[in-house]
Amino acid sequence: MVTPEQVAIMAAAAEAAAARAAPRPSLEAIWHALSAVVDPEIPVVSVVELGMVREVQWDKVDPAVLVVRVTPTYSGCPATGLIMTGIRDALAALGVAEARLETQLAPAWTTDWITPDAKRKLREYGIAPPCAADAPAAPVRIDVSGLRPLRRTAVVVPCPRCGSEHTELVAQFGSTACKAQYRCSDCREPFDYFKPH
Amino acid sequence: MGDDRHLFDYLLRLGDSPLVLAQRLGEWVGKGPIIEEDIATTNVGLDLLGQARLWLTYAGEVEARFAGTGRDEDALAFVRDAGAFRNLLLVEQPNGNYADTTARQFLFDAWHLGLLRALTASTDARIAAIAAKGAKEAAYHVERSGDWVIRLGDGTDESHARMQAAIDDLWMYTGEMFMPDATELALVETGVAADVRALQPAWRRHLEAVLAEATLTIPADVFMQGGRGRGGRQGVHTEHLGHLLAEMQFLQRAYPNAQW
Repeated sequence: MVTPEQVAIMAAAAEAAAARAAPRPSLEAIWHALSAVVDPEIPVVSVVELGMVREVQWDKVDPAVLVVRVTPTYSGCPATGLIMTGIRDALAALGVAEARLETQLAPAWTTDWITPDAKRKLREYGIAPPCAADAPAAPVRIDVSGLRPLRRTAVVVPCPRCGSEHTELVAQFGSTACKAQYRCSDCREPFDYFKPH
Repeated sequence: MGDDRHLFDYLLRLGDSPLVLAQRLGEWVGKGPIIEEDIATTNVGLDLLGQARLWLTYAGEVEARFAGTGRDEDALAFVRDAGAFRNLLLVEQPNGNYADTTARQFLFDAWHLGLLRALTASTDARIAAIAAKGAKEAAYHVERSGDWVIRLGDGTDESHARMQAAIDDLWMYTGEMFMPDATELALVETGVAADVRALQPAWRRHLEAVLAEATLTIPADVFMQGGRGRGGRQGVHTEHLGHLLAEMQFLQRAYPNAQW
């Protein structure tokens, strides 16, 4: 006698077998699909442009399984879970039957991996992209009344809105751990600065 | 086998200090002296929590090797009693006023960054990878807490007095940061752990430079808490840890395995 449970199990197995038999999407198509997965905190750049997707390849043992190696940006970034879900959804939509997402810690993620095009998009979105390590420096000023401002120097971060170099650091951490808060002394707009990492 | 037990203990030490400090910093949510600092403080807490998760997840995997099953990060964080916590005494101290919080962060950050940088050379590849990632974050923490020590120390008479009092009060908890015990020394031997004694000169130099600019004085030698193998890393805590855990662990204790 065949129970309803057994029927369901066999149907699921047949479905999985059919999915495995389906042609695999090309790696190029996969990279293209992942380029549409954005960081929910910065919806103008994709996880590929941020350098979070390090490698995509079919599993050597089970060629029906896609292995995606992802590196988190900051250890405590709360967007990581949502980004992983976004990657899974994009792969499923493309017809990848089974994907294994592996977290890669080394080498540690760096803002050097953000593509030049993504840096431009960040600026247009209102976030100043990371400055080079050898960018010119100027005295830092964080003004809290009654307290002495800082006397050390920091890189000059141009305002992403008006381009002015007369900007001041307000706080070393902004809307997220990866950003600092600045204010432009010319156009008076506050803005986020994506810190070099 | 013996090595894995040592390693498990060491990973708890690495994970519990950032975990407990993250919980303390989280207590500032919505109560920071200015909104920028409220946000900054909790962002630092978030970094530390992320690092704690990486360490505790690894600890659970190592535990499985010698105990058959290993606890996951949640079980280790939320259903472990105070005596099984391996954090530094410094990080469990109450928030106090903002100078107290700043002093605690400053003393910890400088130690933490030195430790993480040293651990990037660990013979354990996973430890080296987590440390390399954490060190990048800790570098920003050191910069920020030092900045605030200077601004509050070299600020008003009131902020100067409070900053000095905070450093003086917490000083006795800094001794154990540089006292390795047998567990740590066994792992130093194999290149897995960092020898904390070697980190003290650089830590002290950093403190002297920042405190001098802040017009504060480095405290004189006092009796250090947690010596002779009876400190936070051996599970002997101050009375504050239990209260902190009561709040942090309440939900999982009251509603085991609750998820949302």
